[in-house]
Amino acid sequence: MPRGPSRLPRALHPVAWWVWAIGLATAVSRTTNPLLLVLVLAVLGFVIASRRTEAPWARAFKYYLWMAVIVIAIRVVFRTVFASGAAPTDHVLFTLPTVPTPHWYAGVHLGGPVSLEALLASATDGLRLGTMLCCIGAANALANPKRALRVLPGALYELGVAVVVAVTVAPQLIESVQRVRRARRLRAGQGKGLRALRGIAIPVLEDALERSLRLAAAMDSRGYGRTGTATRTSRRVTGALLITGLLGLCAGVYGLLDPTTPHYLGLPAVLVGGLLSTAGLALGGRRITRTTYRPDPWRAPEWVVAGGGVLGAALLFASSDPGLSPTFQPLAWPTLPLVPVVAILLAALAGVVAPPPVAPAASRVTPARAPVREQVPA
Amino acid sequence: MIEFDRVTITYPDATGPVLRDVNLRVDEGELCLVVGRTGTGKSTLLGAINGLVPHFTGGTLVGAVRIDGRSTAAHPPRELADLVGVVGQDPLAGFVTDTVEEELAYGMEQLAVPPTVMRKRVEETLDLLGLAELRHKALHELSGGQQQRVAIGAVLTAHPRVLVLDEPTSALDPTAAEEVLAAITRLVHDLGVTVVLAEHRLERVVQYADRVVHLPGDGTVTDGPPDTMFATSSVAPPVVELGRLAGWAPLPLSVRDARRRAGRLREVISARAVPTLRPSGPGAAAPLLRAKGISVAYGPVVAVREVSLDLHACEVVALMGRNGSGKSSLLWALQGSGPRAGGTVAVGPDRADPRDEGRAEGRRLVGLVPQTPADLLYLPSVAAELAQADAESGPGPRSARDLLDRLVPGIPDDLHPRDLSEGQRLALVLAVQLRAAPGVVLLDEPTRGLDYPAKEALRRIVDGLVAEGRSVVVSTHDVEFVAAAADRVIVLAEGEVVADGPTADVIVASPAFAPQVAKILAPLPYLTVAQVAAALGEAR
Repeated sequence: MPRGPSRLPRALHPVAWWVWAIGLATAVSRTTNPLLLVLVLAVLGFVIASRRTEAPWARAFKYYLWMAVIVIAIRVVFRTVFASGAAPTDHVLFTLPTVPTPHWYAGVHLGGPVSLEALLASATDGLRLGTMLCCIGAANALANPKRALRVLPGALYELGVAVVVAVTVAPQLIESVQRVRRARRLRAGQGKGLRALRGIAIPVLEDALERSLRLAAAMDSRGYGRTGTATRTSRRVTGALLITGLLGLCAGVYGLLDPTTPHYLGLPAVLVGGLLSTAGLALGGRRITRTTYRPDPWRAPEWVVAGGGVLGAALLFASSDPGLSPTFQPLAWPTLPLVPVVAILLAALAGVVAPPPVAPAASRVTPARAPVREQVPA
Repeated sequence: MIEFDRVTITYPDATGPVLRDVNLRVDEGELCLVVGRTGTGKSTLLGAINGLVPHFTGGTLVGAVRIDGRSTAAHPPRELADLVGVVGQDPLAGFVTDTVEEELAYGMEQLAVPPTVMRKRVEETLDLLGLAELRHKALHELSGGQQQRVAIGAVLTAHPRVLVLDEPTSALDPTAAEEVLAAITRLVHDLGVTVVLAEHRLERVVQYADRVVHLPGDGTVTDGPPDTMFATSSVAPPVVELGRLAGWAPLPLSVRDARRRAGRLREVISARAVPTLRPSGPGAAAPLLRAKGISVAYGPVVAVREVSLDLHACEVVALMGRNGSGKSSLLWALQGSGPRAGGTVAVGPDRADPRDEGRAEGRRLVGLVPQTPADLLYLPSVAAELAQADAESGPGPRSARDLLDRLVPGIPDDLHPRDLSEGQRLALVLAVQLRAAPGVVLLDEPTRGLDYPAKEALRRIVDGLVAEGRSVVVSTHDVEFVAAAADRVIVLAEGEVVADGPTADVIVASPAFAPQVAKILAPLPYLTVAQVAAALGEAR
C-alpha cells in the first residue's frame, strides 16, 4: 500500500473512475452467473461507500439501483407474457391463457405455460443489464461530472460547455417556475388548463431566454470562443475524421461484444476507429488555445484503479470457464468460478487504493462562519 | 485608454440613433461615472466599450471606438477579453461555472494563461476582494454582495486594463453596496485599472468619480469633472441637490465635504421649526391590518420569527433590512399567498384572514406587487393585460386602464409589456393589482432599477394611494426614497423586528440607513432636500 503524499485526501482523476467502471461493465457483459453479478454489485457498493463525496451527484447511485430493479422486472414480465413454450423437462409454474395471434403475426406467442427455468434465465439476463447500468452509475457517483467534462479533448470543448451550462440552467428554470407560479397566485382568475399553463410558461420562457442571452453576452466578453487559427478546410477534415472514427469505434465495440459477428468487425475496427478519432481530436485540438486551471493529476492510484477495471474485463474475456454462463436446464445452483472471482475482487481494490475524498467544502470554511455579514474590506 | 471618435449608434427599428456623434476620451486609471435617466443609452455606451454593441446586440455603429488603440470594429468582444472586463447588473446571470474558484479561473482558461500563472492570480484575486474564505463555495449560495465581488474578481483575473460595470450595486443592500464599491475604488487606487461605471443611486458613488459622463437623453454625451458636471446634470444625488440649493461652489460631492460647508446653513435653519417631512394623515384609527406572531420557515431555516405589526389607513410603511432578512417572506405571508408557519392576519372590519378567503377574495383585502413584477404579466400587449385584469377582478369602481392612466398616463395600448421601462411595468402591475381595490397594498422592492425621476413618480403614486385611505408597505434598500416617502419604518434583521417607529426616529439614528441630508445636517433632524428648501423659503 503506497503511503506518503499520494494518500492525502484528493479527488481521483475522473477518467480513472470511468475506465474502472467501463472495465467492470465490460466484464459483466461476459457473464450471466448471478453469483458473479451480485459480487460485482457488492464491489460497486463497497467502493462507493468508501470513496464517494458529499456532493449531490454522489447520491445518485440509488437511482441506478432502482433502474436495475425495473430492468429485471420488465425482463421477467415480458418473458412471462411472451412465453415461448416450455420443454418437457421444465418445471411449469403456471399457465397463462393463450391469446391467438393473426396469421401474419405468427411466431409471436402470447400467454402459455411459464416455467421456472425461463423466469430464472430472464431474471439473470435482466440482472446482467442492470449491473452494467449500475457500473455506469458508480462512475457517475464517484467522479465529478463537471470535472470529467473538463478532460474532454480541446476539439470537444464546446460540447462540454453546452452540457455544463444546461446542467446549471436546469435548477434555475425550476426556481423560476416556482417564482412565477407563486406570483400567479396573486392574480386571481382562471386557475386550470391550458390558459393557466400559458400564464406560467410565457414568463418562465421569457425569463430563460433573457437569462441565456445575458449568459451568452457574458461568455463572449470573457473570451469564450476565441477561435485561434482554424481554417475552413481544417474544420472539415476534423469533422470527417471524428465521424468516421466514431462509427468505426461503435462497429468495433459491437463486434467485440457480440461473438456472432465476423472477426474483422471486432478488434481491427476498434483500432482503426480509435486511431481516426484520435487524429481528428488532435487536429481539432491544435487550433484551440486554452489552458486548464488546476488539472487533475494522474498518478499511481489512478493507474491502479483504471488497471483494476481493465484487468477485470481482460481476465473475464480470457477465461473460458463454463461457470461464467451457467444454464438452468437442468436446474442447478450456479458454481463460483475462481478466475472471474479473483478478477472482480481485483477491481474492489479501487476502494482501498484510491485516495480518500476531500472533506465537504462547508466544513473547510473557517469555524466562525458568518456568510451574510462579512467584514467590509477596508 | 478609451476613445470614442464621432460614434453614432442606431438600433434597427428605432426612430433615431441612441447615441449621436459621441466624442469621448477616458484616460488610464480614471474612475468614470456614467449618469443619465433610464433609456438614455447608458447601457449602449457601456456595451460599445468592449464591442458587445453592435457585435452582439445588433445595430449599426458609425465612427470608431478604440480601447488602448484596438478598434472594436476589427475585434469582437472575445478578442478584447484580455483588455476589457465587463460586469453586469445581475452577477448570477453571467456565471459560467459553479464554484467561486473555477469562476475566477474561467476567463484565464479562455485566454490560455499558463496554469502556474493562473494559480497565482486566483490566489491574489481571492485576497484582493476578500473572497478567500468562500473559494470552494457554490456561487448560488453566496449573498448578493459576495456574488457581485466574485463577478468582479472573475474578470479581474484576466488583468484587464479597463473594467466596465453596469449598475453593480442596484440589487444590493446599503452595506453590501459599500462592500462592492470599496473593492472597486481599491482597484482604481492600487492597480490603476480604468473603471467605467453606470449607477442609478449616485449618492453611493459620486464621491469616488474622477470624471462624469452625462447623457441628457437626446443622444449627445457631455463629460467633465464631477463638480462642474453636476451643476447642471439632469440627475443628481441629494448631496448635490443640497449644494445647488445652498449655492455652494464648487459643489461638494461627499458628505464629508458638504458637512464642512454646511456650518452656515445649519445656523440659518436651526432657528426655524423643522418642516414636517410629509403631510400627516387623518390620524390613526383602528388598524387596517393586524398581524400577530407571523412566522415563516423554509425547512429548518426560519425566515420570519413571530412578527406582530399593525398597519393603519393613510400610512406608508417602509420595510428595511439587509438582503435575506425576511422582508419578502413577511410580505408574502401577510398577503396569504406565501407560506406561513404560524400567526394570524386580520384585515378590515371583518377581521378576515386573506389566506383563508381564497385567491379572488384575498387580493381584494391585500394586494402584493412582487419583486419581479414581470412574473405577473403573460399577455402580448398592455391592453390585453388590462382587459384580463378587468375580467378577473369582476365589477369594480374603475377600470384597470383608468387606474393605469392615473398612475402613469400615456402608456400605449399596443406595447408589449416587456418593452416598457421598469417604472412603467411596475405601474402596469400595480394597476392590475389595484383593480381588485385592496385596502392594503404591499410593494416588494419597487425602487429597484428606477432612476431619480421614476422614484419621484413612485413616491407620488404611493402618496395618492394612501390619500385614498389605503395602507401601503414598501420594502426597499433605498434610504433616500424612504426618507421622502415613508411615514414609518420597520427594520428587520434575521426575521425579527429590530426597530419600528416614525421615519425620522428610526433612520437618522442608524449609520447605514441615514440619508445624506441627515448626515450633513446632523444633529438637526432634517431628512430631505425638500425639507431644507421649505425651511429656507420660510427664512427668506
